[in-house]
Amino acid sequence: MDVNLLTYLFVGLSFSLYIGIAVWSRSTTTKEFYVADGHVHPLANGAATAADWMSAASFLSMAGIIAFEGADGARYLMGWTGGYVLLALCLAPYLRKFAKFTVPDFVGERYYSSTARIVAVICVIFISFTYVSGQMRGVGLVFSRLLEVDINTGVFVGMAIVFFYAVMGGMKGITYTQVAQYCVLIFAYLVPAIYISLIITDNPIPMFGLGSTVSGQEIYLLDKLDGLTTELGMSAFTATNKSTIDMFFITAALMAGTAGLPHVIVRFFTVPKVRDARISAGYALVFIALLYTTAPAVAAFARVNIIDTVNEMRYVQAPEWFTKWEESGLIAWLDKNEDGKVQYRGGTALNPRLPAYTGEVGVHGQRLLANTGTDSTNELYIDRDIIVLALPEIAQLPNWVIALVAAGGLAAALSTAAGLLLVISTAVSHDLMKQTFYPGITEKQELLSARIAAAVAICIAGLFGIYPPGFVAEVVAFAFGLAAASFFPVLLLGIFSRRMNKEAAISGMITGLGFTFMYIAYFKFISPETNNAAHWWFGISPEGIGTLGMIFNFLVSFIVMRFTPAPPLEVQQMVANIRLPR
Amino acid sequence: MNKLDSKNTAENADLYWRANVRLMLSLLSVWFLVSFVCGILLVDFLDQFHIFGFRLGFWFAHQGSILFFILLIFIYVWGMNRIDKQFDVYEDNTDDE
Repeated sequence: MDVNLLTYLFVGLSFSLYIGIAVWSRSTTTKEFYVADGHVHPLANGAATAADWMSAASFLSMAGIIAFEGADGARYLMGWTGGYVLLALCLAPYLRKFAKFTVPDFVGERYYSSTARIVAVICVIFISFTYVSGQMRGVGLVFSRLLEVDINTGVFVGMAIVFFYAVMGGMKGITYTQVAQYCVLIFAYLVPAIYISLIITDNPIPMFGLGSTVSGQEIYLLDKLDGLTTELGMSAFTATNKSTIDMFFITAALMAGTAGLPHVIVRFFTVPKVRDARISAGYALVFIALLYTTAPAVAAFARVNIIDTVNEMRYVQAPEWFTKWEESGLIAWLDKNEDGKVQYRGGTALNPRLPAYTGEVGVHGQRLLANTGTDSTNELYIDRDIIVLALPEIAQLPNWVIALVAAGGLAAALSTAAGLLLVISTAVSHDLMKQTFYPGITEKQELLSARIAAAVAICIAGLFGIYPPGFVAEVVAFAFGLAAASFFPVLLLGIFSRRMNKEAAISGMITGLGFTFMYIAYFKFISPETNNAAHWWFGISPEGIGTLGMIFNFLVSFIVMRFTPAPPLEVQQMVANIRLPR
Repeated sequence: MNKLDSKNTAENADLYWRANVRLMLSLLSVWFLVSFVCGILLVDFLDQFHIFGFRLGFWFAHQGSILFFILLIFIYVWGMNRIDKQFDVYEDNTDDE
C-alpha cells in the first residue's frame, strides 16, 4: 500500500483510540480532574509517566543527537533516567503522602506562605509553557514531513485532539490516553530498531546489537563505526569530546531537573498509596529504559547506514529520502570539488552553518546554496532531527514501518503536551483561584475554571507552535536547569529538614533561579559571541549551569535557615507526618 | 490517623526515619558511582577495558548506568516495604488513610 495512505490510516486509528478513551473516562469532580481521584494502578501510572515524560525530544531528537555526537550524547541518556532514582528515593513517596493536588500546593503549605506558592506557580507556568511549545512544533513537524500537509494545519489538528481529551477528561482522561500513547510510541520506536538491528548485526535486540559484531564480518559494530568516522576525519564515535566538568554539570542538571519537573511529580499524586508511588517510579523507569537503551543503538545503526549510503555517492543516483529531506531543507549538499559526488567528512560543511537555498537548481539537480563552503572537505549538511523519521527509509524498511513511526512521534509529542497543559490549568484554577484569590468558589466553578484554563493554555501553546519565537528551542533545553536550581532543593529540603523555613526557601529559590537565568541570558542573548569554554565559569556551559545554581540555592538556604526562626509547630508536625507512610 | 502523640511512637518514627535514610544514602552512593564516576569521571580510563563489543566506560554511560538505576529503584521498593512492616507503618490494603 502507498506510504501516505498507510500513514493516514495509522495516525487516524491512533487518534480515534485516544478520543474513545477520553469519552470513556470523563472527569466530573475536581479531584478526578486534578489527580484522577488517586485511583490509578501503579503499573498504569508507570506507563502514563513514561509517555508524559518522553517528549518529541526523546522520540525524535535524542537518537539523532547521539548519532552525530557519539559518546557525549550520554549526558541525555544518564541525565533523563537518573532523575527517576532521585524522584523515587527522595521525593515521590513523600509528596504522595502529602496528598494534595499540585506542586505549588506543597510549596505553599510546607512554607506556610502564599508568596512562596505564587513564586512556585510562576515557575510552573514558565517551565511548562517553554516546554509545551516545543511539543506543538514536534506535532507540526511530523505532520508536515510525513503527511505532507502544511505545518500549521498539523499544529491545529494536534491542538484539537489535545483539547478534546485534556479539557474533557482532565487527569483521568489524560492518564488513560497516555497509557495508550505509551504503547503506540514504544511499538513505533522498537519495530524499526529491531528490523535494523537484525539487518546490521543479526541480533534482534537493539541494545545487544550495539555490542555485537557486524553481520557477516568479524568486527564489532562500534569498532567499525570508530574506524569509519576516524577515517573520514570525524571524531571517533565512542570518544568523548566535551570536558569532564561540563559533562558532569550538565548530567547533574538534567537529573535534578527531571526530578523537579512539575508535570512528572504530579503523576505520583494519582496512585492510591505511598508504596505505590515508589514502585510506580520503578515501572516508569523500566518503560522509559526500553526506549533509552534502544536510542544509542538506533544512533549507531543510523550513522553506519548514512556513511555507507551517502559517502562518495553520485548525487544523480541519490535515493528518494535524500532528495525528499533536501526538499524540506534538512539536508544540503555543496559540491565543493565539483565531481558530482557527495563527500561526507568531518567538520562543518557550510558557512554559515545552516543552509540558505538560492531557489535555483544545479547541474546535478541539487538545490543550490547561498552559503560559501568552509575549509573542510565535508560537503554535506544533515539536520540531526531527521534521523528517527528518516531511518526506516534509509534502511529501506516496508512502508507500514514508516507510517508507524509517524504515529509514534505524534503520540510522544501529544502525551507530553497534554501533561504539561494539565499542570498549567491546575496551577491557575487551584493555586491561583481557589487557594489564593477566590477561596469562595464552588467545586463546580473550580472545575469549570480548570477547563477554561486548559482551553486557553492550549490556544497559547498552539500559537507558539505556529509562530515559534526564536528563543523557544534554546529555552526548552534550559527548563531543566531552571527546575534544578529552583524546585529541586526546595522540595528536597522541605522533606528532609524540619528546620527548613520560608525565609530560606524563598531566598534559595530566588538565588538559584536568578543566577541560572542570568548566566543563561548573558551567554545566549546578551553576549552570544563569548559563549565558549574560555569565558564560561569553571568551563561550565549554560546547559549545565543549573547545577551550580542548585548548589547556590542549597548554600543560601542553609545560611538563611540558621539566622531565621524555625517554622511553626504545625508545619514541623506536617513534615513528621509525610515521612510516615501510615 | 496521626500516631505521633505518645512518646513511644515518636521514638518509633525516629528509628524508622533513620533506617529509611540509611537505605536511601547507600543506594544513592551506588547511583553516583555508576553514573557520575564510571560514566563521566573515569570514562576515559575505563574505556581501555572491553565488555562484549563495548568499551567499558562507554557502556556505563550509554547502557549500564540505566540498568543500574532500574535495579536501585526496585531494591529500594523491596527494602522500604520491609522497613515499613518492621516499624508497623505499612499501609493496609484498604483505601482509607
